[in-house]
Amino acid sequence: MSGDTIDWITVLIAVFGGAIRVGTPFLFVSLGECLTEKSGRINLGLEGNLIMGAMAGYGVAWISGSPWLGVLAAGATGVLLGFVHALLCQQPRVNDIAVGIALMILGTGLAFFLGKPLIQPSAPHLPALHLGDWSDNPALRAALEINVLFIVGVILAPAMAWFFRSTRWGLAIRTVGESDDAARAMGLHVNGVRMLATMAGGFLAGVGGAFLSLYYPGGWSEGLSSGQGLMAVALVIFARWDPVRCLYASLLFGGAGALGPSLQSVGVTWGYYLFNAAPYVLTLALMIAASSTRVRSGMPGSLAAR
Amino acid sequence: MLPFAPFLIPLVAIALSLVLFGGFVGLAGADVQAVYQSIYRGAFGTWFSWQNTLTSAAPLMLTALCTALPARLGLIVIGGEGAVVVGGLAAALTGLVLVDANPWVALAGMALAAMLTGGLLIGLVGWLRHGRNVNETISSLLFNYISIAILSFLVIGPLRDPETLNKPSTHHIGDTHMLGALGDTSIHWGFGYGLIVCLLLWVLYKRTVFGFAVDMVGGNVRAALLSGLPVGRIVFLVCMMGGAAAGLAGMVEVAAVHGRANTSLNAGYGYEGILIAFAARHHPLAIIPMAILFGGIRASSGLMQRDHDLPDATSLVLQGIIFILILASEAVFARLAKRQGSAA
Repeated sequence: MSGDTIDWITVLIAVFGGAIRVGTPFLFVSLGECLTEKSGRINLGLEGNLIMGAMAGYGVAWISGSPWLGVLAAGATGVLLGFVHALLCQQPRVNDIAVGIALMILGTGLAFFLGKPLIQPSAPHLPALHLGDWSDNPALRAALEINVLFIVGVILAPAMAWFFRSTRWGLAIRTVGESDDAARAMGLHVNGVRMLATMAGGFLAGVGGAFLSLYYPGGWSEGLSSGQGLMAVALVIFARWDPVRCLYASLLFGGAGALGPSLQSVGVTWGYYLFNAAPYVLTLALMIAASSTRVRSGMPGSLAAR
Repeated sequence: MLPFAPFLIPLVAIALSLVLFGGFVGLAGADVQAVYQSIYRGAFGTWFSWQNTLTSAAPLMLTALCTALPARLGLIVIGGEGAVVVGGLAAALTGLVLVDANPWVALAGMALAAMLTGGLLIGLVGWLRHGRNVNETISSLLFNYISIAILSFLVIGPLRDPETLNKPSTHHIGDTHMLGALGDTSIHWGFGYGLIVCLLLWVLYKRTVFGFAVDMVGGNVRAALLSGLPVGRIVFLVCMMGGAAAGLAGMVEVAAVHGRANTSLNAGYGYEGILIAFAARHHPLAIIPMAILFGGIRASSGLMQRDHDLPDATSLVLQGIIFILILASEAVFARLAKRQGSAA
């Protein structure tokens, strides 16, 4: 910061780097949610998956010494929670939103309970690629330290779009999401497809949680997640059920979330908490704007029917 | 259907949850029987613990209504947390403006301001749902985060009492304007508010034309529109009443407990209210015992930590298990109703 003027370049670089760092867990939970919602069910419990994944990933990485085993374990807890969600939701008159809230409470409770001994020890972190070594600017170098999981996510987003568009399984999920009757007419097992989609979505959310504890912010504590899992549902609406747009939306949300801390780093502290609300206000504004056209393009039919 | 099924099935679900929870803490190495005893002692064992339980139940009754009332319309509103926060903030501000007024005027003003702000917040959720087709669950969730951000901004920034160091808060509303206790107990008047509001709403639903209209909208929106009901206004009003109840919970927290608005307002009362509303099957009268039960779990969590060295998240685990089994019991309900339908 030079004199009274704010160093906008530094802010911009910090927001850019933050968009990637803060956006990666958003990316994984939103892809998971997108997969689940394409099959016609909303999983509001991904917040529980995220926190469980963060705890399990950290614990397993600490015990085994391998962060990648941690990521796998995080995904596995997500599969388990996804299974419970799907099992309850396929019962008559059970509401998927309520089940999501229940699993959020249970997942958070279990993670805090079992994670108590993990607050002290330090587990190995996930590796990052240093793509900014050519630059002399330390801010830019820090921003370009990109985690491998982010790159996995960037590849996964178009891959999932291709999966929905061009594979038999993708078609099955879309059909189930569009109409129960049509799916049954095609000979598809509606509950089975939804269960697989929810479990796979849970896996991705768990991996997103592992990113939180094994990379950024890193470490295990009870304040690790700030509602990224709950935001996933809003993000998917924002991205209109398109995996590639989930990637853009996650970066945008990550950037919006990084705005407050970035401004703080150059000495602007006013309104820090208001900037934290930026992603939520943005989502709300977009939902209102998107709904005014009365057309929800991309929304799975069985979600629109209620 | 079984004659007492609406009461029996949730009770069985809760009993099963306690068994499962016992298994869980047993696996974690605690003495199961002693844990049960601690929960009982901490929640209902003595008059002292009863007072704690009823005090914790007060805001829960009110936040449960925020989910239970719109649920009659088929809406799932989860914005109780946000309504508590804005309600508490509005109550504290009103209390500071009316600092020299008569205590009765100040308390009435605080309650009204809290109910109005909370009501408008959730009313907006209902209006967005009906008028603009914005999903009420998501929008109310977003409002929670936005409300908490506004609260943090205001109590850390412009409204901060410089003397509050550890927990930034607004100025104190003054001891003479605090909400008193019921008789010579330590239970504050918030519990009375909760009881009165639950009873009033039950009468409203059961005995008035408005309640009938609400059920009609909840049953079939198109039929309600065809018969000329002002559906938009009903949705707005019902959501507003739910928000007003949760806003009042915020006022109670400020006027009876903290004396100031600060981030203690988002202590999870709103989220726990959702659970209670579902456990009570959105029935205003059933909310009262459910809120007392969950208030008891809250009140006993300290004892569980001290006596058994269990983490404070233990009660969260118990809540989660109960919520899941209550929802699963909905399926039993549905099966019973179906069997009855085919027998008739």
